[in-house]
Amino acid sequence: MIVFDGVSHDYGGGALFRDVSLRLEGGSFHFLTGPSGAGKSTLLKLCYGELLPSSGTITLMGQNRRAMTRDQLAEARQRIGVVHQDCQFLDHLTVAQNGGLPMTATGRRLLDADLGDLLVWVGLAEHAEALPPTLSGGERQRAALARAVVAAPSLLLADEPTGNLDWDMSQRLLLLMIELNRMGTAVVIATHDLNLIRFAKAHVNARVLRISARKLTMAGAEL
Amino acid sequence: MSAAAISGLVVPRAGQSVWLVVFSAAAMGFLAVFVLALATSSAQLARGWEAQLAQTATVRVSAPPEEMEMQTALVMEVLRTTPGIAEARVMEPQEQAALLEVWLGPDLPLDALPMPRLIELRETPQGPDRQGLRLRLSAEAPGAVYDDHTRWRRPLVQAAARLKGVAWGALVLIGGVTCAIIALAASASLASNGQVIKVLRLVGARDRFIASAFVQRISRLALFGAALGTAIAMAALWALPELGGDALGGTAQHMAGIGFQGAGWLLPLLVPPVAMGLAFLASLATAFHVLRGVT
Repeated sequence: MIVFDGVSHDYGGGALFRDVSLRLEGGSFHFLTGPSGAGKSTLLKLCYGELLPSSGTITLMGQNRRAMTRDQLAEARQRIGVVHQDCQFLDHLTVAQNGGLPMTATGRRLLDADLGDLLVWVGLAEHAEALPPTLSGGERQRAALARAVVAAPSLLLADEPTGNLDWDMSQRLLLLMIELNRMGTAVVIATHDLNLIRFAKAHVNARVLRISARKLTMAGAEL
Repeated sequence: MSAAAISGLVVPRAGQSVWLVVFSAAAMGFLAVFVLALATSSAQLARGWEAQLAQTATVRVSAPPEEMEMQTALVMEVLRTTPGIAEARVMEPQEQAALLEVWLGPDLPLDALPMPRLIELRETPQGPDRQGLRLRLSAEAPGAVYDDHTRWRRPLVQAAARLKGVAWGALVLIGGVTCAIIALAASASLASNGQVIKVLRLVGARDRFIASAFVQRISRLALFGAALGTAIAMAALWALPELGGDALGGTAQHMAGIGFQGAGWLLPLLVPPVAMGLAFLASLATAFHVLRGVT
């Protein structure tokens, strides 16, 4: 689904990471950990094509990212759900309209009932007609997750998706992502939360990637 | 909600570019209607002058006072028997005095001057054989000169044609300026809605969808603005003859000449859709150009 081959990325003159090789297969479940500023968010942005690598090759949905046209990139993103750390929304649209955007903005049909069920699952049914600026940080993260999964993506990339949530809601959302993974969606979650990783490993075969000192390594034995 | 419906919603309704598009489209629509009126009026004026002057002519009879009546009678007889002359009328001395008063003033003793006699002709649409008429007049009444107003008619018609050309040129210029302003407004709108573009890109929207969302919004605003400007201009044109009549006296006739007549009033209704079309093309080109620079 996504293959990194000898990927390096420079940021502001310095190298963020070097010679990263990685293969994200369909149906896999990965956590991405590492200290702040190590490049977790950047790695996710490279995964959905917002950034281009400084060197190396990224294959995104079977196509070389560098050679992809904007339409091809858009098509690839239709198969990728992204939960941003800063939860970007169209602030003049309601939570329901934002949630359905991956379907409606790409010409796909979305049933109101399906969107309603999803909003119930993330605990935002009562806020369906609210505008994003009126939501709390946790509510915004839940709305972002709803938007990311509404189109049943092949790949879900989540950057600190539970950062502002209490433990109960964090577990609930993680179970939603695990359920999607069981249905075939590959999941990559960038997080610092070791409890979340332990909880997930109890339910799914999750691998843990650690990015630090400019290298990406497999971790998890200590977890 | 369908893609078409959400496409109409994703671009915020507020923003400076909204007023820029509406105001500029209204101003350009207003100017376009006036220039359109000038163009059509010029064409009508040219046709009118051509028709009026083409079917009128004058014969000026110069002779010693004792021969004037005889010469005039001879000329009238020639005119009466010339095919293409619908009517010939000897102008009264008072009418001639009125014509000269404009140039020479009211107190000039015209009775003491050797004034030529003027005969006003109304010609049929086919008109007479002018060269033949001149030859007959020179033979029958050597002091008679036939003037078919060609000297006056040509510059007037040329002036009207040039005025029409200038008006159409101005219309093209207005269209170009409208495109430029709309392109600037579209660029400003895209720049100020970076968040919208980023989110739409994130969810997999294609450039076509994003561009159409902006183009749809800008085109509608341009249609609204141009319709507003057109309505104001049409109302102003409709009121123009009365304004001229009250305020400007004799100039009223000239002022009343600028405007539309009959079905011509339908012509300005083309301005809003044309403005919308120009806005569509300008904003579409701008949107794709801007989106090419955004990942």
